Amino acid sequence: MDIHEYQAKELLSEFGVEISPGGLAYSPEQAVYRAKEIGGHQWVVKAQIHSGARGKAGGIKVCSSDEEIWNAAEELLGKRLVTHQTGPGGKVVYRLYIEQVADIEREIYLALVLDRNKQRVTVVTSTEGGMDIEEVAATKPESIHRLEVEPAVGLRDFQARELAFALNIHPEMISQAVHCIEGAYQAFRELDATLVEINPLVVTKDNHILALDAKMSFDDNALFRRPKISELRDKSQEDSRETAASDRGLSYVGLDGDIGCMINGAGLAMATMDMIKHKGGEPANFLDIGGGASPDRVTKAFRLVLDDENVKAMLVNIFAGINRCDWIAEGVIQAFGKLDVRTPVVVRLSGTNVEKGMQMLKDSGYPVITADTLSEAAEKVVAERNRVAEAS
Amino acid sequence: MSIMIDKNTKVLIQGFTGKIGTFHAKEMLEYGTQVVGGVTPGKGGQTHLELPVFNTMKEAVEATGADASIVFVPASFAADSIMEAADAGIKSCVAITDGIPAQDMMLVKRYMYRYKKEERMRLTGPNCAGTISPDRCLLGIMPGHIYIPGNVGIVARSGTLGYEAASQMKACGIGISTSVGIGGDPINGCSHRDILELFEADPETEAVMLIGEIGGPQEADAAEYFKNHMTKPLVAYIAGLTAPKGRRMGHAGAIVSGKGESAAEKVELLRDAGVTVAPDPSELGSTMERVLKELA
Repeated sequence: MDIHEYQAKELLSEFGVEISPGGLAYSPEQAVYRAKEIGGHQWVVKAQIHSGARGKAGGIKVCSSDEEIWNAAEELLGKRLVTHQTGPGGKVVYRLYIEQVADIEREIYLALVLDRNKQRVTVVTSTEGGMDIEEVAATKPESIHRLEVEPAVGLRDFQARELAFALNIHPEMISQAVHCIEGAYQAFRELDATLVEINPLVVTKDNHILALDAKMSFDDNALFRRPKISELRDKSQEDSRETAASDRGLSYVGLDGDIGCMINGAGLAMATMDMIKHKGGEPANFLDIGGGASPDRVTKAFRLVLDDENVKAMLVNIFAGINRCDWIAEGVIQAFGKLDVRTPVVVRLSGTNVEKGMQMLKDSGYPVITADTLSEAAEKVVAERNRVAEAS
Repeated sequence: MSIMIDKNTKVLIQGFTGKIGTFHAKEMLEYGTQVVGGVTPGKGGQTHLELPVFNTMKEAVEATGADASIVFVPASFAADSIMEAADAGIKSCVAITDGIPAQDMMLVKRYMYRYKKEERMRLTGPNCAGTISPDRCLLGIMPGHIYIPGNVGIVARSGTLGYEAASQMKACGIGISTSVGIGGDPINGCSHRDILELFEADPETEAVMLIGEIGGPQEADAAEYFKNHMTKPLVAYIAGLTAPKGRRMGHAGAIVSGKGESAAEKVELLRDAGVTVAPDPSELGSTMERVLKELA
């Protein structure tokens, strides 16, 4: 799960990471008020969307007067920002964060990631802040330092000091930097984060180390024990189809094609999408209905796929291990009974109780197209899609 | 011979008396697996499916001589159960549970390092379908009938895609020595490479099929192992060619977040290492058939 910049900053500051004075605004009027509250002579108005690279997309504006703040806020609120991370659909701005402009001496980089290679938390720092870290890795790899944290012992002072000295922090400010790095690590561990990225972390002219931008992502599997983090979820930043799916316990990712998919198992779902592509089609979605799917769940998944107006044909591919083909067949039949299904549906069943499931589909009288193999199923669904596309 | 399990493997079920544990214990018993009992804390002394229930893994291992376990414990307690299995001297542990927090798995891996490598428990999963050696032992949740005994090893991150591979091979008359699910989580027990090492050393296994997917470093690691250490042929398939970058595709670990993690890059790495990559997921069986013919 992702959260907004201002939320990440609030959380990090609770762990001792210093931030600039700032506040949230939902309207131009509030934005001006927040700036007054904060004080100072110059402010940044920052669009809060779940994406980085907001500056390049025009989502961050420096202002020196009430009027400028008002205008910036009015322009940004409700605007759809498109960055290279949001995809072509972009994300709509509903919240603004108003922050005092910091007097920056230099910009550095600090991140903590769950390193899948080492299976540990790794701290990554660079003297080159404010840029995409992948770009830094390509152009100035010698500026990057990595440190693996031994999970049983945690991040030690000397390790944080090593990182701080490698960042060329002035000796008088080392303890401040250590406090910041250790705070970010504590936040990572205690909140079940998968990523903490402070880019840039800045050294100010008056000798403060501030998180100027912050990004945090969290482990969905750990949200059950982090109710405070769950509350930070902002559905306005999610694909509405994906929100509907996750509310029903289904795993769904919306894509740009027109062949709807309903599959059990993430790997098989990806492979089925690859197969559709291989046969000349484009998948409209990834959908894993999971193990032990009841007929009811199948019906819900059906509705979700067909709710997408782009879908011209649908493929159901089930390899039943924990699932049972007769349950899936019952769910498909229920869906045909409950929903007005006008889209051609290809069903391929395999595994536990396959004969029974196939027989049920045949006996149902509904126009279900059946297939025995993955290849045949993909071929048939692409042919159906083409037939529908030509007819319309 | 097979890897990790055989007909003499004695299995304990962790989370024995729960609905899911009960269902799969029955399936495993029916397949012929030597399930010798299970653990549900607080229900020790009872009998379930005509088998003894124990409070702790230590008691269970002592009383039954079990050397393997399978974990059906809910996600919030599963990491603890895996550590308990390691501490009780279990040799092979399969964690079926989906949804274990990544940082819990980080601690599990760290905990297991307290044992010497040769004494360390072999963990597969979590979030996997388990391991099967056809007609000998089922330590998992897969439908047993799609596997016939033979000489090809399977290692797969995805459960259902592993089934797809096995059934395509069955249709070609190709049997399986052992099929191992390593799971779809970002931090897991054995990696692709760990399992390839076991297959390479197993005299019964003649060739191996590797089913990978987007996300993580394990397929690249497997490619390197194959290039430098493996003598047996390897057929691979990587799912997720159509998966967009930065999106999580169902499995917690199936997300392209860095260089070398996309399906296209993994396919290239594997090809460069000399691995035979199946052109699409409907040709898993036929590709293996071709490779086996070349071998003979």
